Amino acid sequence: MTQSVVVQVGQCGNQIGCRFWDLALREHAAVNQKGIYDEALSSFFRNVDTRTDGDGIDIYKGKICSLKARALLIDMEEGVVNEILQGPLRDVFDSKQLITDVSGSGNNWAVGHKLYGCQYWENIVEKLRRTAEHCDCLQCFFVIHSMGGGTGSGLGTFVLNVLEDEFPEVYRFVTSVYPSGEDDVVTSPYNSVLAMKELNEHADCVLPIENESLFNIVSKIHQMTNSGKLGSTVKQNSLITSSAGGIRTDQAKPFDAMNNIVANLLLNLTSSARFEGSLNMDLNEISMNLVPFPQLHYLVSSLTPLYTLADVNVPSRRLDQMFSDAFSKDHQLIQADPKHSLYLACALLVRGNVQVSDLRRNIERLKPSLQFVSWNQEGWKTGLCSVPPVGHSHSLLALANNTCVKPTFMELKDRFMKLYKKKAHLHHYLHVDGMEQSCFSEAISSLTDLIEEYNQLDVSKGGPRTDPPRLKIAM
Amino acid sequence: MRPGGAPVAVVLRGIKSKVKNVSSHSAACEEKTGVPVARAVLIDMEPKVISQTLSMAARSGCWKYDHQSHFCQKQGSGNNWANGYSVHGPRHKDAIMNLVQKEAEKCDRLSGFFTVMSMAGGTGSGMGAFVTQCLRDAFPASFILNQVVWPYGTGEVIVQNYNSVLTLSHLYQSSDALLVHENDAIHKICAQLMNIKQISFRDVNRVIAHQLGSVFQPTHTSEGAVRYSRNPLGDLMESLVPHPEFKMLGLRNIPQMSENSLAYSTFTWPGLIKHLRQMLIANAKMEEGINWQVRPPLSGLPVSQKCCLSRAPHFNTSIANLVILRGKDVQSVDVGGFRDAALYTSWLNPQDAFNVWKTPRAFNKYEKSAALVSNSQFLLKPLDDIVGKAWNMFASKAYVHQYTKFGIEEEDFLDCFTALEQYPQSKAFCISFQDRNCSDGPRVQAEQW
Repeated sequence: MTQSVVVQVGQCGNQIGCRFWDLALREHAAVNQKGIYDEALSSFFRNVDTRTDGDGIDIYKGKICSLKARALLIDMEEGVVNEILQGPLRDVFDSKQLITDVSGSGNNWAVGHKLYGCQYWENIVEKLRRTAEHCDCLQCFFVIHSMGGGTGSGLGTFVLNVLEDEFPEVYRFVTSVYPSGEDDVVTSPYNSVLAMKELNEHADCVLPIENESLFNIVSKIHQMTNSGKLGSTVKQNSLITSSAGGIRTDQAKPFDAMNNIVANLLLNLTSSARFEGSLNMDLNEISMNLVPFPQLHYLVSSLTPLYTLADVNVPSRRLDQMFSDAFSKDHQLIQADPKHSLYLACALLVRGNVQVSDLRRNIERLKPSLQFVSWNQEGWKTGLCSVPPVGHSHSLLALANNTCVKPTFMELKDRFMKLYKKKAHLHHYLHVDGMEQSCFSEAISSLTDLIEEYNQLDVSKGGPRTDPPRLKIAM
Repeated sequence: MRPGGAPVAVVLRGIKSKVKNVSSHSAACEEKTGVPVARAVLIDMEPKVISQTLSMAARSGCWKYDHQSHFCQKQGSGNNWANGYSVHGPRHKDAIMNLVQKEAEKCDRLSGFFTVMSMAGGTGSGMGAFVTQCLRDAFPASFILNQVVWPYGTGEVIVQNYNSVLTLSHLYQSSDALLVHENDAIHKICAQLMNIKQISFRDVNRVIAHQLGSVFQPTHTSEGAVRYSRNPLGDLMESLVPHPEFKMLGLRNIPQMSENSLAYSTFTWPGLIKHLRQMLIANAKMEEGINWQVRPPLSGLPVSQKCCLSRAPHFNTSIANLVILRGKDVQSVDVGGFRDAALYTSWLNPQDAFNVWKTPRAFNKYEKSAALVSNSQFLLKPLDDIVGKAWNMFASKAYVHQYTKFGIEEEDFLDCFTALEQYPQSKAFCISFQDRNCSDGPRVQAEQW
């Protein structure tokens, strides 16, 4: 059994992270009836005897004593992290897992990456080493951050570099929240493009998220639950946006509903690695099957169902509906339309009481309406995990490597160029030690190359399929 | 002369191969503290499936695995053949071979090894190929039979075609024979014959286990034998693999149905044999939907015409066949239909190309049942499909970086493709070999199926 460590950086990263830990505890509490510290729990939590001094001794078997998250919380402002430490999740975190400062990064990637990166490098390495030592077999780092600000974007990608240098064998999955067009941070295009270069070069897989999509999902659910007819029969704790049943009982924060969606994404992604199933899908398999070329590692995610009705009977029609929904625009976590673009690869991670025949039937049904690249016509990777999420009898996470991310990146590039051409706000960045004009030009060039790779693939879409000639052997 | 005796099953868990039903009291197990213990070594790079397997067996109360006899790590191979073959294999070779040695030493007479593995993943396929090589090096006089699970055509693992191509080309060098099970075929059996609505991997594995049992449960392998065969693995090889180039074997059995239907069915031997023979000729995987139009060429015709007719679509030519009969009145069964020279290539006498094993003991609730293990053309098309898809992917270099990361280079891929492209060509070549010797008529070109 392997362990994963979550590194949450910046305000956005920490808020999402907080929701993740809350929901993770809720999920394990629902499954783990006997309070025994088992392998599933150990993937994200240590079991610590807190009666002793110092770090606490790790207890590997037996009853749960005190669970500690395998996490590193980094923020250059104290507000969010302090709140976490004063809230109901405070016992889940060790004070030695934090790196904070007071003044923040001023929405400036250069400050986050160059200034704080340099300043906190040793501290970061030391704390990462310590969390790694507590792991028997560390498989994956999950980095959670936003792209538009200064800390999450700059320091977050700095940490990504450190992870690659210090732990080259460990996978790096990055959950990145991309800014929308109307983002109130003027320099968010600069921050995002500078961060993109780092993601291109140092991440194994990136799960881009857009606030707009999260917001749409929240609105949709709000509509459904308040429309009167369905409202009363929806199971509250099944809502993908809900914190019900978690530790937090205080007033929900405005972004909580949206952040819960991302938290659920991470829980579903790791479910097969934690729980048993008839067809396990480990994290290293996700990277292996979904990344055909090193640069093309941006995965569009979608989650279904968004909620469950209270009645228990689930006819297979509803099961099939779940599969269809996964490919609908309304369930994607970024503003993209994979159905009308080209699939390079697709993974379906199913949880709950679903069998291989249900999976195959739905793949056969959906295949004709999706376009796959010519060299990967059967590009499906599937996983079956027996344990469903809280409040559901089954669920589906679809991860697609699809050219539909291209428009997102192109818009980002446009917004960047609008500012860059006028050299707007550049001086804020170039003031920072270690930051030069070339950082900008390299970043935009990296993004342009990425867009071009997607373009090449799109060009082949729809054209006549010519298979390469087979080898001829002389006898 | 190879030694007879018990085979050791080396069970490699990639995704899901679970061999249940190893309930035989002679060939595969030894008595120990009352409950038979399987002669098996379980290998996986991650622990979940092995611990499930061990506890399920122990819970059955009828048999179990030796709890020491497994090798496990914490992190799987990530569906990466190169990771299984080049990294995990060499790293853990000593530990694994020690376990195998221990099991081998428990045998009075070791006949060989039976490995169970899938082709689509990373451990079963990559490590499986590596371990097979090690077995061959360490036990040069023992038989090695690889049971290989051929993945579903779509939707298991995206890189399954690469993994399959790498596995088959490597196994071909060290293994004595490959016994292939196709997931798609077994899935159909579950759906159409067993009437299972929501098919799980457990159902699929149960069918595979039944098929394996129908071959390896004790039988009399020669006419008039009083005792059960001491060396089923050796007898199998001797019957079915006359030429080292052709070692892919397929399994068919009849009848196959759900327990509910069984109570209302009766079978006659002529009926079973007739269906089984047509399943062979028409390359049908089960007794429903057989194409009765396909016929072997008529034996009275001059040889050249005979060759033409045998190029009729879908006729499945065999190199060798083995029929295994279990149940009531087995002594009186007429298997003449399988001795028809038209079914076979001309290098062996039909007398030598066909063998039959029998036992009056019924198997698994079927009053009468028959299994057919054949060395025939049946896998040419599936193999071509896999090689074609893998080649297509390779031409665009997709995913290749994932393999080079662990030491499998593009040249290694090319070698494997070359080896596998040779196989169907040589098969067709051998079938046309008979043409070289015909004195009548023009020489018939070997056609691909």
